[in-house]
Amino acid sequence: MARYDSLLDACGGTPLVGLPRLSPTVPDGAPPVRLWAKLEDRNPTGSIKDRAALFMVRAAEAAGRLRPGDTILEPTSGNTGISLAMVAKLRGYRLVCVMPENVSTERVQLLRMYGAEIIFSPAAGGSNQAVATAKQIATEHPDWVMLFQYGNEANARAHYETTGPELLHDLPTITHFVAGLGTTGTLMGTGRYLREKVEGIQIVAAEPRYGELVYGLRNIDEGYVPELYDATVLSRRFSVGTRDAVLRTRQLVEVEGLFVGFSTGAVLHAALAVAHEAVRDGRRADVAFVVSDGGWKYLSTGAYGGTLAEAEEALEGQLWA
Amino acid sequence: MAIEVRIPTILRSYTGGAKVVEGSGDTLNDLLTDLDSRHGGLRARLVTEAGALHRFVNVYVNDEDVRFLGALDAKLSDGDSVTILPAVAGGALGFAAAAAISRHSAAAGAIAQHNAGRRSPATAG
Repeated sequence: MARYDSLLDACGGTPLVGLPRLSPTVPDGAPPVRLWAKLEDRNPTGSIKDRAALFMVRAAEAAGRLRPGDTILEPTSGNTGISLAMVAKLRGYRLVCVMPENVSTERVQLLRMYGAEIIFSPAAGGSNQAVATAKQIATEHPDWVMLFQYGNEANARAHYETTGPELLHDLPTITHFVAGLGTTGTLMGTGRYLREKVEGIQIVAAEPRYGELVYGLRNIDEGYVPELYDATVLSRRFSVGTRDAVLRTRQLVEVEGLFVGFSTGAVLHAALAVAHEAVRDGRRADVAFVVSDGGWKYLSTGAYGGTLAEAEEALEGQLWA
Repeated sequence: MAIEVRIPTILRSYTGGAKVVEGSGDTLNDLLTDLDSRHGGLRARLVTEAGALHRFVNVYVNDEDVRFLGALDAKLSDGDSVTILPAVAGGALGFAAAAAISRHSAAAGAIAQHNAGRRSPATAG
């Protein structure tokens, strides 16, 4: 048991648990291939984003960008908003989140409960409208501070300084690290640290492949690659579709008792792919992957029940990771 | 057997609206050349004049990013499945808005500095 001075001090230090039932079986005499899950849902607000939020706020404080009573602006409907809301509350800042008005009610309720204020951008206008709203807000409030997780080095540094060392301490025999690719902070920070310490380690990215509606909005010339992304840190990168992500999410709770969000299902799919390759090649493997959050916030999608086809339909057009 | 290629909505004007087309080739480069012979203009949207994959295009062979498999030289086999997608990170709406504010703030800062520089001699005069 451990004791902490405040909730912020309880960030990180999450358990790494073995998954003996999901790990592939190897032939007699062959080297072991084992799967390990890093339970980031055990952070203060229930997701891996607590690490990045805390590091980004501390870095802005150290640089003099944030002073007591300042307002932080974050365009997010996801876990980063919830993490920032908790950190802002405890460090004495006001948080304003910009999000499309068609996000789930759980998100809105959680953010308000943690004390965040919400500005909605009209759903009808899609991403162009969200961008226009964001620009307008920035014009009206030039003094608000945006931490910009996609380009903030403290996001990746959080994982270089905490997630990476924790993994190496708990699993010195690690051969593969697998995580979801969004802002790319988890993979860049943890990946850099492990590459420095473990010869031959494989850093594997799993990115969600959404339904067509999500991509349909975007022109190729308007694409975006996060400023933090450095492809040389990665060994491989997998695209995981909705059906595979749902299948693995259900498998985790059915076989190992882990109730996770759909992005973790996508990560497990990639982890199993590299684990099975190791079995085929007769190589030893300790594959650690990130459980970025629990399944609670996604229950209202209905995708935890019914057939796979029904779940896939329920998630169509949604940003499920 | 041929190679199945999934086309994103935004590029279906080149395939007569088809979501999935078929092609052949030993490498991704060969496949794109083969596709371009029937769907003229498609290749130019994916490959830059310098001969690299466009920065905002992701191509996957059997769900794995080709940039880690040799990019345009990635080897293909009959029965492979190729998926072309625009580059979109997680939380599409959030990052689009965040990038907009970031660019806007940078521009606003530059303009403010520029104006301050212009104003000071005038004020002095």
